[in-house]
Amino acid sequence: MSHNTEQRLVYMANQIGTFFRAQGHDQAVAAVANHISRFWDPRMRAQIFAYLSEHGGEGLDPDVKEAIEILAKKAKTVA
Amino acid sequence: MALINEIDYGTPEVKSDKLVELTIDGTKVSVPAGTSIMRAAMEIGNHIPKLCATDSIEAFGSCRLCLVEIEGRAGTPASCTTPVAPGMVVKTQTPRLKALRNGVMELYISDHPLDCLTCSANGNCELQTEAGVVGLREVRYGYAGENHLNDKKDVSNPYFAYDPAKCIVCNRCVRACEEVQGTFALTVDGRGFNSRIAAGQNEDFFDSECVSCGACVQACPTATLMEKSVYDIGQPEHSVVTTCAYCGVGCTFKAEMRGDELVRMVPYKDGKANHGHSCVKGRFAWGYATHKERILKPMIRAKISDPWREVSWEEAINYAASEFKRIQATYGKHSIGGITSSRCTNEETYLVQEMIRAGFGNNNVDTCARVCHSPTGYGLGTAFGTSAGTQDFDSVDQADVIVVIGANPTDGHPVFASHMKKRLREGAKLIVIDPRRIDLVRSPHIEATYHLPLKPGTNVAMLDALAHVIVTEGLVNEAFVRERCDPAEFAAWASFVAEQRNSPEEVEKITGVPAETIRAAARLYATGGNAAFYYGLGVTEHSQGSTAVMAIANLAMATGNIGRKGVGVNPLRGQNNVQGSCDMGSFPHEFTDYRHVSNDAVRSIFESIWGVKLEKEPGLRIPNMIDAAIDGSFKGIYIQGEDILQSDPDTKHMAAGLEHMECVVIQDLFLNETSKYAHVFLPGSTFLEKDGTFTNAERRVQRVRKVMAPRNGYEDWQITMLLSEALGYKMPYKSAGHILDEIAKVTPSFANISFELLDKVGSVQWPCNDKAPEGTPVMHMGTFVRGKGKFMLTEYVPTDERTGPRFPLLLTTGRILSQYNVGAQTRRTANVAWHEEDVLEIHPHDAEQRGIRDRDWVKIQSRSGETTLRAEITDRVAPGVVYTTFHHPMTQANVVTTDFSDWATNCPEYKVTAVQVSRSNGPSEWQEKYREMSEQNTRIAERLDAAE
Repeated sequence: MSHNTEQRLVYMANQIGTFFRAQGHDQAVAAVANHISRFWDPRMRAQIFAYLSEHGGEGLDPDVKEAIEILAKKAKTVA
Repeated sequence: MALINEIDYGTPEVKSDKLVELTIDGTKVSVPAGTSIMRAAMEIGNHIPKLCATDSIEAFGSCRLCLVEIEGRAGTPASCTTPVAPGMVVKTQTPRLKALRNGVMELYISDHPLDCLTCSANGNCELQTEAGVVGLREVRYGYAGENHLNDKKDVSNPYFAYDPAKCIVCNRCVRACEEVQGTFALTVDGRGFNSRIAAGQNEDFFDSECVSCGACVQACPTATLMEKSVYDIGQPEHSVVTTCAYCGVGCTFKAEMRGDELVRMVPYKDGKANHGHSCVKGRFAWGYATHKERILKPMIRAKISDPWREVSWEEAINYAASEFKRIQATYGKHSIGGITSSRCTNEETYLVQEMIRAGFGNNNVDTCARVCHSPTGYGLGTAFGTSAGTQDFDSVDQADVIVVIGANPTDGHPVFASHMKKRLREGAKLIVIDPRRIDLVRSPHIEATYHLPLKPGTNVAMLDALAHVIVTEGLVNEAFVRERCDPAEFAAWASFVAEQRNSPEEVEKITGVPAETIRAAARLYATGGNAAFYYGLGVTEHSQGSTAVMAIANLAMATGNIGRKGVGVNPLRGQNNVQGSCDMGSFPHEFTDYRHVSNDAVRSIFESIWGVKLEKEPGLRIPNMIDAAIDGSFKGIYIQGEDILQSDPDTKHMAAGLEHMECVVIQDLFLNETSKYAHVFLPGSTFLEKDGTFTNAERRVQRVRKVMAPRNGYEDWQITMLLSEALGYKMPYKSAGHILDEIAKVTPSFANISFELLDKVGSVQWPCNDKAPEGTPVMHMGTFVRGKGKFMLTEYVPTDERTGPRFPLLLTTGRILSQYNVGAQTRRTANVAWHEEDVLEIHPHDAEQRGIRDRDWVKIQSRSGETTLRAEITDRVAPGVVYTTFHHPMTQANVVTTDFSDWATNCPEYKVTAVQVSRSNGPSEWQEKYREMSEQNTRIAERLDAAE
């Protein structure tokens, strides 16, 4: 696996998405968002949000990208 | 304090609801039907002389000393082999019995040295005692005849000696090896006068199959089998009951002392996890506590290439605190964190997480369970609602089918393995799912009904295939599922596993295990009676570790094998306090009892008790800390009792992360590998030097008792308090018991646990609260903790660590019986005699292809790195699979492992690494460099005055 943190976070997020994919789109998106929110430190989340905005989420699976978009939006609202 | 001598009832306890009343020496006694007369007599305090009987093994009836008279019966039957009967009237002492016993004893003594005064067992010898009891006053036969007094002593075992001159051939050692340990290494060789105890094929003990568990030594009634430490020191004079600090079985021991010198560790009969048994580590490998390499003074240095400088505790603590404060002032409060240890007590672990959350002001706390059983926490928490195993160890006594997957209990959890083997010898069926042919697959009197030698990394495919058979062949326990589980989730799962791609025939292509074997194993699990899963790191340490745990939970729920004795899902925890460290809020996202930090109500409990505002966001996990260090946002770490450089994967990445930090504080016994990158070393205390509790793999909370003063000056929890105070967060604890009282106050499942309760009842399994005042041996009875059991869809996803032309073999790592984890403790004991280096197991076919001969030096290379070690050619591993251990730092097996990890928890994928193996001439470049760095970074410049 890459030692580049951004790439590593993309990989990790996609791994989470792969597990929840079987639950169908809506549940999978919610479950990925919930998992990242519950287990990732804020700086990791900030890094993946930055990656999303800088690279358009390239490399993120569709469900995962959607989940991160939801989390990013929520983070913005809270801020 | 006095020496604790448990009562020996002579024969094992019999469990029966039917009571039998009889009269012994004029006293009426009621005992369970099937009990021996000997035991019944002891119940009323009448000791019948005996030599070949002891209550850890079945009666044998050979010594002829325990004879009794029974009214209405002819002769003088042996009381050990004669069961009680209603109305029986027994006499244990008559002139006839006295004469018989005297004659028997006279014969024994006629071939026994009369060196009692200089004998190592003097004062603690059953033969000596019984000779006194029967009133032996003379031996009429003399000593000139043929005897065994000059037989040669076997001192080959590092820990005990066998002196045949003192042997009375009572057979207790042979039976203990068979019945208690289950190794069958001993026998009686020869007949009549020539009968002698023989190890293996008449080999010396060290070269035989003996596993040095100590059961024979414990069973021996004379000085024939005796600990060398007793030879050296003498008989102990007091004992303290405490808990072993090695694996997750959590054996209870008597630390037998002379003053403050430990003479020996003897397994305690009343230990609920071990029932008086032990293994080579807990029984004998405690010498590290006084090893010359142990560090006893604090040390600091500005740069890791500087020599260490011994300083006072005050200077070391103030230096560490000032560095942490400087780092936080410069880089922000989230720039530091810490790691709790599964080797330390619950109280110490609780304090480290408290210091980090309240003192550091962040949630950057993690534990070494991250790299072993974190998927267990996630998986079982999701399925059942509790992050822990479901049974007690004794539950195995009622199992009819035992599934061992990804675990090697005879090496990793030897005392429980002996318990399990006993049940298997009674007829329980065994299914082993493991790439290697572990010892349980075939060993004396045990043979697995099915061994499924799957390819590493395919557990989930295998578990889904087992589920496929159960669902499609109508083997689901529908009544259980209907009553106990969520019906919609079950329906979705059943339909998923029933898909053709999950059939054994399809999965055979993935796992390499014939479909028919998979089908047969599934049928046995579902229909063979009480079926129980036991699993280890071969399940969790994969990119799908959490998925596999959930897949096991699915199988248990689908077949109704949960919520009663004899069944369940049982994680075999690696280190002594893995369960406890997880329970104590060591993970960055949760407080004690697995409650998330974002839960306002829970947070407020801790805020009010600690008097500070706490963060509601999760902190960094260990691998994330290392990544953040390399990225520059994480600069300081406090590590209590863990050697992340040696134990965690991808050593080069770990080393780079540590090198990027400005202050690494290590609290440990030795200058471990991580300390080579450290700036502050705080000497820790051993389990013998502290008070507290450990929680074993069956959720059993047990006392750790201080048997000697800490040689380093402080117990570990006291050191954490010093550091915390220097950081500005003062803790109020006066003792380890005081800390446990706070844990009980803030942790619902620990609500009733205190030192007082544990001193009274011995141990309890959490939850222990008002609903279960003395604990909970079996969980999820009647209902799951989360309500309805949750079936999860467990799609098999192949690991991204793939073999190919460059790396055609799969490496899987593990451990062996004599060594423990990174070996920091066991390498500093005589256990190295069994394992002086890590070796690479390789199949003869793979070795032949590469021109490798047994014991050749070989290079093992992966995408992460390379190392060298010696090859051991064996068909224990399948073609295409190689195996090694990670006990020795100069091998650095984790240079080779990758940073792929479990999707849910980041638990590393130690069990699957694509590698190439080739012949080699010597150490790799990394090993050479590492050796140089080690020498440079472990120098100690100045010694403080010893009187300081």
